[in-house]
Amino acid sequence: MITVENLTKSFQGVNALNGVTLDVEAGTVLGVVGPSGAGKSTLARCVALLERPDSGAIRVDGTDITALDGSALRAARRQIGVVPQGDSLLRQRTAAGNIALPLESAGVPGPQRRSRVGELLDLVGLTDKAGAYPDQLSGGQRQRIAVARALAANPSVLLADEPTSALDPETTGSVLTVLDRARAELGVTVLVVTHDMGVVRKICDDVAVLEQGRVVEHGKVLDLVSDAASRTSGALLPAVDLNPINESSYDRVADVVLVGFAAVGALLPEASHRFGVELNIVGGGLTRLGETPVARFRLGLNGERSDSALEWISEAGGAVQRSLKGPQGVAA
Amino acid sequence: MRSATPWSDVLSYLVEATGETLYMVGVSTVIATAFGVPLGVWLQLTAKGGLRPNPAVHRVLGFITDLGRSMPFIVLLVALTSVTRLIVGGSIGSTAVIVPLAVGAIPFVGRLVQNILSEVHVTVVEAAVTTGASTLRIVRSVLIRESLPALINAIGVTVIALIGYSAMAGVIGGGGLGDLAIREGYQRFNDRILWSTVAWLAVLTTLIQLGFTRAARASDRRRHASV
Repeated sequence: MITVENLTKSFQGVNALNGVTLDVEAGTVLGVVGPSGAGKSTLARCVALLERPDSGAIRVDGTDITALDGSALRAARRQIGVVPQGDSLLRQRTAAGNIALPLESAGVPGPQRRSRVGELLDLVGLTDKAGAYPDQLSGGQRQRIAVARALAANPSVLLADEPTSALDPETTGSVLTVLDRARAELGVTVLVVTHDMGVVRKICDDVAVLEQGRVVEHGKVLDLVSDAASRTSGALLPAVDLNPINESSYDRVADVVLVGFAAVGALLPEASHRFGVELNIVGGGLTRLGETPVARFRLGLNGERSDSALEWISEAGGAVQRSLKGPQGVAA
Repeated sequence: MRSATPWSDVLSYLVEATGETLYMVGVSTVIATAFGVPLGVWLQLTAKGGLRPNPAVHRVLGFITDLGRSMPFIVLLVALTSVTRLIVGGSIGSTAVIVPLAVGAIPFVGRLVQNILSEVHVTVVEAAVTTGASTLRIVRSVLIRESLPALINAIGVTVIALIGYSAMAGVIGGGGLGDLAIREGYQRFNDRILWSTVAWLAVLTTLIQLGFTRAARASDRRRHASV
């Protein structure tokens, strides 16, 4: 749906983007994360067509939109709905008036405009605030109006630049819910740039980690968390080594990542039962990525067939990440 | 020592002079706004970080604007005589004063407008850009509409400034309240006319200021500003 190819951009000799390549499948949510100064904002501004890259391409449905001018550029901008970083609503317009702005730009006639604005207010759950001015809305409500505005002209791509950076955790949830609904109900492809891993945890299908203007990691969130070495798993999964354990009291100690209801609920008891081993969870915990429960546990095993039990867990779909104690090579 | 001018005469002097002043100031404000607002928009569009940054155009516009603003009005009044004659067909009288008043006020309004427009947050402007809005639409619906209260106040400031400038209109026979105070009041030692005019000027400018403040507030939707 939207692909970014080998994008570079430098400012006064400093490379902000060093050949960034990404793609977001239609109807999915990609989170672009990374530390400050990694190039997230520059990438967002390039995709929003506010900044022209030095080289590379941004394709929406196969068409490169980086080299456009004039009315073609404005038309391309309507294909990409943007939720900008920070307060971006017109303070002299009502919530409904703000949402109508892209429709006015697109030349949509009055009656259709009003019904479309109504639909969007409904989508973001603020129908009762249609006539309110931004100063009468809370930060989270303003941000939801900004999302509604970005969606007004039926874009195929929704870009959100740090949509939750100024919000408290509770409000953040309501904004993320709205982004998720946009994907689910409108089928829009979402690209969200954020420093907040909580955003990735809650709504992202895919994640791309940006560092020094490069993509150092890019893939499905649920795939990446199973990889112990990935930055994504480090950032998203519960820590396993909070409590130091007495390793000598176990024959084997290993970390395991389990994805999905079935794995989290049944795999460990089953392994323990099948191989007659004592299996203790000595660290880690459970979290939720989107709708999927994901666990990372540190296991302590006692029993002759501990290695077989670990092997079986790994064959059954659990990612046994490292065997801290015992023969190497057990880790799948 | 003559006896003091009767109040009824003072009143008719004031009425006539007020008419002249309002005519000169009113027409020149309309002209200054008509040209000064586009000038301010142009200055802001071409400025660094504006929607159509263009350093060369911006520098030339800025230079002309500041040159215009640095010119003392009394100099402009006499320097523009030939231009005035060309435009209004004469170089004396109230109508003739309108030309230098408007010319002097255009750069003044231009700078005020540019400063006001530059206060519109860049995120708000960029958000409008990303909706695919044309520059003209952004100027109208975002830059000008968002700053309307401040722009109305700026026009009010301009009107008051022009009332001040119009006091020099007497030099080319323009009449008005300032001329009344100077010629009939000060130069003929007529304290009654002098002080009546001063008092009336104070009342008039206060009323005008009040009117513009009201209008600005009426146009402002940010009634519940939460800091």
